[in-house]
Amino acid sequence: MSEVIPIIIKILFVFSCFLSLAAFLTWMERKQSALMQDRIGANRADILGFRAIGLFHIIADSLKMFLKEDFVPRRGHKFLHTFAPFISAFCAMAVFLVIPFGDVLKIGDKVYKLQIADINVALLLLLAFMSYGIYGVFFAGISSHNKYGLLGGLRGAAQMLSYEVIMGISLVGMVMISGSLSLREIVLSQNKLLFGFLPAWGIFLQPLAFILFLTAGMAETKRTPFDLPEGESEIIGYFIEYSSMKFGLFFLTDFIEVIVVSALLTVFFFGGWNIPYLTQSGFHFPWGWEIALSPIVVTILQVVAFWFKVFFFCWVQLAIRWTLPRFRYDQLMGTTWKMLLPLAIFNVLITGLFILIF
Amino acid sequence: MDKKKKDLNTIQFFYITEIIRGLYITSVHFFKNLALHILHLFGIAKNKKAMVTYQYPEEKREITRRARTRHRIMKREDGTPRCVACMMCETVCPARCIYIVAKEVENPEVEKAPEIFEIDLGRCIYCGYCVEACPEDAIRMDTFILDTASYDRDSMLLTLEDLLNHDNQDDLYNINYMKK
Repeated sequence: MSEVIPIIIKILFVFSCFLSLAAFLTWMERKQSALMQDRIGANRADILGFRAIGLFHIIADSLKMFLKEDFVPRRGHKFLHTFAPFISAFCAMAVFLVIPFGDVLKIGDKVYKLQIADINVALLLLLAFMSYGIYGVFFAGISSHNKYGLLGGLRGAAQMLSYEVIMGISLVGMVMISGSLSLREIVLSQNKLLFGFLPAWGIFLQPLAFILFLTAGMAETKRTPFDLPEGESEIIGYFIEYSSMKFGLFFLTDFIEVIVVSALLTVFFFGGWNIPYLTQSGFHFPWGWEIALSPIVVTILQVVAFWFKVFFFCWVQLAIRWTLPRFRYDQLMGTTWKMLLPLAIFNVLITGLFILIF
Repeated sequence: MDKKKKDLNTIQFFYITEIIRGLYITSVHFFKNLALHILHLFGIAKNKKAMVTYQYPEEKREITRRARTRHRIMKREDGTPRCVACMMCETVCPARCIYIVAKEVENPEVEKAPEIFEIDLGRCIYCGYCVEACPEDAIRMDTFILDTASYDRDSMLLTLEDLLNHDNQDDLYNINYMKK
């Protein structure tokens, strides 16, 4: 029993953080795009005349989603139609299980790992779950009995399959350097210094893999430069026949995937919870300064650093989404198979070469 | 397609620099506006606008004095409408939104006056022909009331009382518009 309670607390913590961040992102996307375009953004929802810079729109949107009619097309497949958004949302959320959000928490003589499950094949697990997300998209398209839905589902499946390959291969470099598939081990391997001053984060060791993973990750989220499965202007996409909270789940899945990709970028390329020069006893700067901190403060700082990095990458992804126009479909597929795949394999070869030499 | 590719120089061909340039432009807008919004919260730099949009019901856009806005009917010295029910405006109205029923009056200089004078704002296109056509300068479109939103069509119908229920001054710009 004493082993179960910490795990339940960790699950509650991680899921409440991730899901409230996902809800927050719906507001942030509106406000960020508004500020980029010299507008002011959603600010009309109020409670007793109190507007709170539009934050009540999150409540208003979810209320609207819940109160709408839940519609299933007459000739659609009722079971799959209902099941599809749950697959999507579940597969996106399941990735949270293996993401480490802090090092260890020492209470008394007990040591708790700040991660729901430290699995030694975590990387394979998360790639598998991200691949399963395709089923949600494809079932949604095929069960709607709608040509546009089917087209969207096909596009989504093809796009996600292609970018899944890049995603996997771009991470191979990091796995080779850290020598482990466990995300915790990968983060711990980044907790050292290169040449005495540069943190050994993935971005400095694997800059090419970072760009490839960011591209593939953005393609996985199916948002604007890669929003062909949705294609708002032509086919509306795989969720064309969805309404109510079932549509809401797809919508939420998009934002959860943004957070998942941000979390993975943080874990693989930005040192996870690591803060440069911070060790268990405090800051040790290479130029001689030292700040002593108690272990609990260090742990809190690390958890805050992790969430800050995740938030920053959410910001970057939203910025890219509101800056770039959409790819054409042949460009999308051409980029994956003709440009990114050779680059990813080249990256693996170069990494292998460096490991062999040094 | 091929022609366009030739126009790209070596740096642009790698695409990623161009993405960063685009991100730079949008981010500059983002951070500038964010900083201005935060300054506005503390009441600093209010004259520098952080957005180009107007928050409509609270904040109204500047309009010219010549703008055609909601109609009014001018009154004589004794308070009766200046209109003589000549039907010119009803005839010229391209949207057919004016409906007039005339009645006789005792005053031999006026002879006729409107019994019913209705303008259906749901149909009015604000062309201003009625103002041009009026021989008595009785109808004007200078109240500077711009919002005609309502929940049903009936409340968009202006009766004679609504049209007369305005200040009889010549310049309503300052009274109705500038005050808001």
